[in-house]
Amino acid sequence: MANIFAFAECRGGQPRKVALEAVTAARNAADASGGGEVHAMVIGAPGIQSVAAELGKYGADVVVVVEHAALAHYSPEVATATVSARLAGGSYRAAFFSASAEGKDLAPRVAARLRTGLASDITAFELTAEVLTAQHPAYIGKAIATVRLTGKPALVSLRPGAMALAEAPRNPRIETAAPAMDPAAARVVVSAVEQRGAAKLDLGEAPVIVSGGRGLKEAANFKLVEDLAAAFGNAAVGATRAVTDDGWRPATDQIGQTGRMVSPQLYVAVGISGAIQHLAGMRASRVIVAINRDKDAPIFKVADYGIVGDLFEVLPSLIEAVRKARAEE
Amino acid sequence: MAMNLSRHYFYAPANPPTNLSERGSQLKIAVCIRRVPDTEMRFAIAADGKSVDSSGLKFDISDFDGYALELALRLNEKQSPGEVVAVSVGGDATPEILRKAFSIGADRGIHLVSDPVPADGFAIAGALAAELQGQGFDLILFGRVATDTGNGTVGPMTAELLGLPCVTAISYLEISAGKGTAHRELEGATEIVTFPLPAVLTIDEGIARARLPTLKGIMAAKKKPIDTRPAVLGPSALTIERLEFPPERAAGRIVGEGADAVPELIRLLRTEAKVL
Ligand SMILES: Cc1cc2nc3c(=O)[nH]c(=O)nc-3n(C[C@H](O)[C@H](O)[C@H](O)COP(=O)(O)OP(=O)(O)OC[C@H]3O[C@@H](n4cnc5c(N)ncnc54)[C@H](O)[C@@H]3O)c2cc1C
Ligand SMILES: Nc1ncnc2c1ncn2[C@@H]1O[C@H](COP(=O)(O)O)[C@@H](O)[C@H]1O
Repeated sequence: MANIFAFAECRGGQPRKVALEAVTAARNAADASGGGEVHAMVIGAPGIQSVAAELGKYGADVVVVVEHAALAHYSPEVATATVSARLAGGSYRAAFFSASAEGKDLAPRVAARLRTGLASDITAFELTAEVLTAQHPAYIGKAIATVRLTGKPALVSLRPGAMALAEAPRNPRIETAAPAMDPAAARVVVSAVEQRGAAKLDLGEAPVIVSGGRGLKEAANFKLVEDLAAAFGNAAVGATRAVTDDGWRPATDQIGQTGRMVSPQLYVAVGISGAIQHLAGMRASRVIVAINRDKDAPIFKVADYGIVGDLFEVLPSLIEAVRKARAEE
Repeated sequence: MAMNLSRHYFYAPANPPTNLSERGSQLKIAVCIRRVPDTEMRFAIAADGKSVDSSGLKFDISDFDGYALELALRLNEKQSPGEVVAVSVGGDATPEILRKAFSIGADRGIHLVSDPVPADGFAIAGALAAELQGQGFDLILFGRVATDTGNGTVGPMTAELLGLPCVTAISYLEISAGKGTAHRELEGATEIVTFPLPAVLTIDEGIARARLPTLKGIMAAKKKPIDTRPAVLGPSALTIERLEFPPERAAGRIVGEGADAVPELIRLLRTEAKVL
């Protein structure tokens, strides 16, 4: 009965959704491989211990709390040393990270330090006593690789949103641990974290994404896209590279091969042609709606529902209709 | 392809940095590049069921590695004359992409021979670290992620093996007096990160769009040297068991034309797709 490790990413003193996903995955892995314990680690400024209850709700038996005044922001070197020390000291069967910006930074460093295998950015997995097999989108999502890991612990980073949260409540034991290196000795230092737009939903977490392309003609017309997103209420705004290149939207809104890869419940593509590089980032969405005046636009090949027409005519009535539908709920 | 500097927030200081290394202000930069199938092409799964059938495919430098190369060239244009070395682990066709890097502006190449290229990024990182160790590079640049593997692991793993400071997925860079400041885009936030040189960086798209080879560059590329050595691979713990196409999306439909189609769309989103 081996224990499973989960790295629980926090920001601003709160566990991120991806932290709960990592704990859920670790819980599943522990239960499927003989019922070991789930040990979740949090690193942060003094007070971060308060997230323990939330991690317990998703199945953490132990929460390892690493608090230090210099660790309010992510420190790649301190996190690598501290996670590696914990993994080297326990006989963990597997360790779960998120394939978030932070987890993608941390997991490979830990894998290299421990000389163990890492399955990166996976969407599903199966764990036995001997091997871990996992599904990983490769070739910009055009193919799915099934990878097999033999190292112990087997390291995994989970694609955000791929793991459905499941509660498995318990009252976790708290263990405190010191950082495995002096934060003052770190060479790489995060000096600030600047929040983009206060309450905006992140593309990776939003259930609905409304995305605009060059068909909007100019930056000011993105108001229509924003209004549609606001009508849904739970939507984030995305864009094509044509649009971010022209500075109509920030580069961080870009969806596609060289931007964000997203898979919301609903993706609404407005004035987007559907270039292969754009499809790479959104074709895994559950439901796709496209609005384009060109009936032959490639976006209609992946869209579940399409409206052929002028977006400047369609959007105002769609915004109204979505508002009404939401009000009726 | 047009480069729009203002949009990419790229900044290199007007005053050359000081105390960078014994070479004064010159930067010695390695750019690790990977040969990948052209992402616009359709491909078939090979008979082994584990890899892509490469027959008839075009190959190129992976997107983000192109941005890394561009960044290296721009840093050296501002702070010349340094050196930009392209390094790649791969089989017989690898010199092709090293020459492409030359035609864009890299000065020389290192081909670490391994055929096949291992699936475990750690094995590749081992070969790169063994080669780059102790060569006096100020910066070792990687793509944020390779377009074929989709892993994003080789850069930070190499940094770890070399014991060098590392910042991943950077969208902005400023270098001055042997120190760097980079930005990383997190979900919903930007991280401002400082680090000393030498360092390993992995490059996101926002930083610099790749330039195209020039005729002059293509001519010069023929004379630039490639060192060829066997790759000293690190150990592998990861193998690929299967490669498959994801299930096709069920054929969609055109609901209608213009604003008149909106009520039907709403009905379908509610009753059929159940997303509203
Ligand atoms: C290496 C590389 C990486 C790339 N990475 C990305 C990436 O990550 N993400 C990305 O998006 N792109 C990427 N691209 C760019 C991509 O190839 C396309 O150029 C881009 O996606 C096109 O954006 P678009 O659909 O907004 O513009 P267009 O292709 O110009 O399409 C505009 C669409 O709007 C429609 N339209 C116009 N007016 C109206 C109207 N009034 N009403 C309704 N419809 C209208 C038109 O019919 C057309 O279909 C990449 C390219 C390369 C080479
Ligand atoms: N075979 C290789 N040779 C040289 N560099 C590589 C190789 N494979 C990966 N890299 C580098 O590592 C980055 C990340 O690759 P990956 O971890 O496979 O996503 C790439 O963008 C390259 O910069």
